[in-house]
Amino acid sequence: MTGDGREHGSVLAPALDVEVVGMTKRFGALIALDDVSLRVAAGSFHALLGENGAGKSTLVKCLIGYYPPDAGQIVVARREREIRSPHDAHALGIGMVYQHFTLVPSMTVAENLVMARDDVPAVVRWRQERERLAAFMATVPFKLDLERPAWRLAAGEKQKVEIVKQLYLRRRFMILDEPTSVLTPAEADEVLGMLRAMTHGHQVTVLMITHKFREVLAFADTVSVLRRGTLAGEGRTADLTPAMLAEMMVGTRQIPQARTGRAIRAGAAVEPRLVVRDLVVEDDAGRPAVNGLALAVRPGEILGIAGVSGNGQRELVEAIIGQRRPASGEIRVDGKPYRATRNEIRYHRVLSLPEEPLRNACVPGLSVAENMALRSFDRAPLASGPWLRRGSMRDQAERRIAEFKVQTQGPDAPISTLSGGNVQRAVLARELSEAVSVLIAANPVFGLDFAAVAEIHDRVVAARNAGAAVLLVSEDLDELLELSDRLAVIFGGRIVHETPAASADIAVIGPCMAGHHAAGAAA
Amino acid sequence: MASGPSGRLRQSAEALAIPVGALGAAMVVFGLVMAALGRSPLEVYELIYQGAFASAFSWQNTLTRAAPLILTALCVALPAQAGLMVIGGEGALVLGGLAAAVVGHLLGGAPPLGVKLAMALAGMLAGAVWIALAGALRQYRGVNETISSLLLGYIAIAVFNHLVEGPLRDPASLNKPSTTPIGDASMVGTLPGLDVHWGLGFGLVFCLVTYVLVKHTTYGFALRIVGGNARAARLAGLPVGAIVLGACVLGGAAAGLAGMVEVAAVHGSANASLIAGYGYAGILVAFIARQNPLAIVPVAVLVGGISASGGMLQRRLDLPDATVLVLQGIAFMLILASETVYGRLKIFRPERA
Repeated sequence: MTGDGREHGSVLAPALDVEVVGMTKRFGALIALDDVSLRVAAGSFHALLGENGAGKSTLVKCLIGYYPPDAGQIVVARREREIRSPHDAHALGIGMVYQHFTLVPSMTVAENLVMARDDVPAVVRWRQERERLAAFMATVPFKLDLERPAWRLAAGEKQKVEIVKQLYLRRRFMILDEPTSVLTPAEADEVLGMLRAMTHGHQVTVLMITHKFREVLAFADTVSVLRRGTLAGEGRTADLTPAMLAEMMVGTRQIPQARTGRAIRAGAAVEPRLVVRDLVVEDDAGRPAVNGLALAVRPGEILGIAGVSGNGQRELVEAIIGQRRPASGEIRVDGKPYRATRNEIRYHRVLSLPEEPLRNACVPGLSVAENMALRSFDRAPLASGPWLRRGSMRDQAERRIAEFKVQTQGPDAPISTLSGGNVQRAVLARELSEAVSVLIAANPVFGLDFAAVAEIHDRVVAARNAGAAVLLVSEDLDELLELSDRLAVIFGGRIVHETPAASADIAVIGPCMAGHHAAGAAA
Repeated sequence: MASGPSGRLRQSAEALAIPVGALGAAMVVFGLVMAALGRSPLEVYELIYQGAFASAFSWQNTLTRAAPLILTALCVALPAQAGLMVIGGEGALVLGGLAAAVVGHLLGGAPPLGVKLAMALAGMLAGAVWIALAGALRQYRGVNETISSLLLGYIAIAVFNHLVEGPLRDPASLNKPSTTPIGDASMVGTLPGLDVHWGLGFGLVFCLVTYVLVKHTTYGFALRIVGGNARAARLAGLPVGAIVLGACVLGGAAAGLAGMVEVAAVHGSANASLIAGYGYAGILVAFIARQNPLAIVPVAVLVGGISASGGMLQRRLDLPDATVLVLQGIAFMLILASETVYGRLKIFRPERA
């Protein structure tokens, strides 16, 4: 047992060279990967770029042994290897950092690290483990407090722990699936910079899935671009420009037009359509996550809610869209109390694009057509009296699939078989096909590629231009600045700062997001 | 696109092949048990077949037992559509039977059809209330409905025993405490042309109605949304609590009706014979049928047949009466275990397309 312990994190072995040759993977009639080859040299930082559904996730899942590929070889350190399960991959020193955190919230960083090992002894000698961990931490460029419970870590710190965990487990080839999607730009730069330093120190090889050109060009050495399951281009980042990457990624296809100028703003005299007053919403643990919040959104405007994740945004959105009952306070739409019953939703046309659409807005086991009918299944033309009309439901789905370009095997495919971007498109098709009066959007483009982002932004703006009152909650400040008419900052469950977007000042907003609003707050 | 219909076909084939395979495996295991007891497995299965399906008499016996199983299986399958795993059908059946017996006795002199209707309503109401209790505990108090429905079942049986042996006991029932008989005029007869009581008809109609309700009505669709993802249901503004309770009420009503049928078509009064395990066997039926209301009917006939053959095994092979319960138990374990096989068998995977 003592021997096992010493293996972990003492001396870092050199980085691995990994090559994928002719990888092919089909799901039914859908070819997710078509004869894709790429090589990641030892000690390099390689980016894997592509739109949603381009095959990036499928490729790395084949590499990590999560899916068996239909054809293709994996060459690790110049020897052909068969990887049948993540366990095989781990044995070869290949590890993966997933998009969502895998830490046990109630355990400390040290406990999370030790428990991640395959060979945790039945009785852990903590003193000894802590000494080893401290020695190991001295060899990595990350500074972490080993004794903090994971739930108290910020997103950036959690991501660092995930990466450190891979190093601790002696993984010498690390796959990262959109590692910065939940980080602030500063955190992202820090994490990526350290990863790059480690690759150049030949401690580890990195393969990073991303959507962000900036990260590719600023941190990666080489890049492979996937498009519709095939390798659309590759090269050294030093030789590439964003325009070249964009062309590889989307081909010659027309990118949706950027939104046309802002709608004529309704004057302040217009009655707000969505009003929230003194709202208190408790989180799952019963603590007030939203604590006396007030806001108002007028028709024809987008109110952006900025803030660091975990300041009550989720509970606020859940309360408005009906997934969580407020503890006190009121929500009004068009002056009437609003509790998100089906009749009220329909009467006031309050629609929503919640975050994590598969979890929040879809029924994974039901088909695409059925999910598209969630709002309208109980009225004509999808129903006559109490009877469902399956034909109409299917027709509606086919129209919406075509109009919103949802990539699916068909209207009868379970929605859980779609890629993340296409799930979001399907939800978008459902929520925005009909007239919308109030739109609640929460991180609507989280994890999507830039073409999908532009399209979704266009649709949100179009809804605003058509007179909808839009509440946009996002952790992406650039998105908010680009789309919002007014910007509000949420901190500790309250709005602490509000400003017209046109005159928004980052120097004021930044401190407000961090809780230093007393000095800079206008409200 | 191309894989739509063939994909569905493959799914249906999988949903059929896996339970059938699990049943086959259960027969092999049970056969080994029989061999270990020194009986020939083939002879045992031949006798089970004879006892269940070989003659008109055995068919009658089988269908008589299948009738309550269909209804108690619905008590599992209906809440399952809303995402609830209710296993307390036995309690709903027992209380349904008791309520029907009491009402039947009280309305003794009234026109028979009216009495029968009143008994059916009373039975369904009692069962509905009991299962709705489990649903309400889950919906409004976060109590696990599987545990609560099981425990409520024990409470129901205790209440039943207390009332039947105490306040509601017919003084004339000496050896076997029973409620006052409802009287021959109030008894439910047999289906025309068959020697099987009307319970089978009720079960078939209930299954058919449930199927249509779940697959073809807006309520059924809402039910499946709630069962599939309650968060999405709330987003859609559906009254999740009411829908969940509705499914529990319908399921409980089915089990309560089974109790009414046992009283009004078989025993003539409420007594300990009602506590025959139909509620628990219904769980097995619903699971083999994968909670599909139409599949419940043939599965209930199969399970009813197996239990009908118990007497035959006892007489011919000198095996204990409970032998068939061993087969049912093995089948249940393997059916539950087979749940993990879905999506893992190569022939049902879409790659071949």
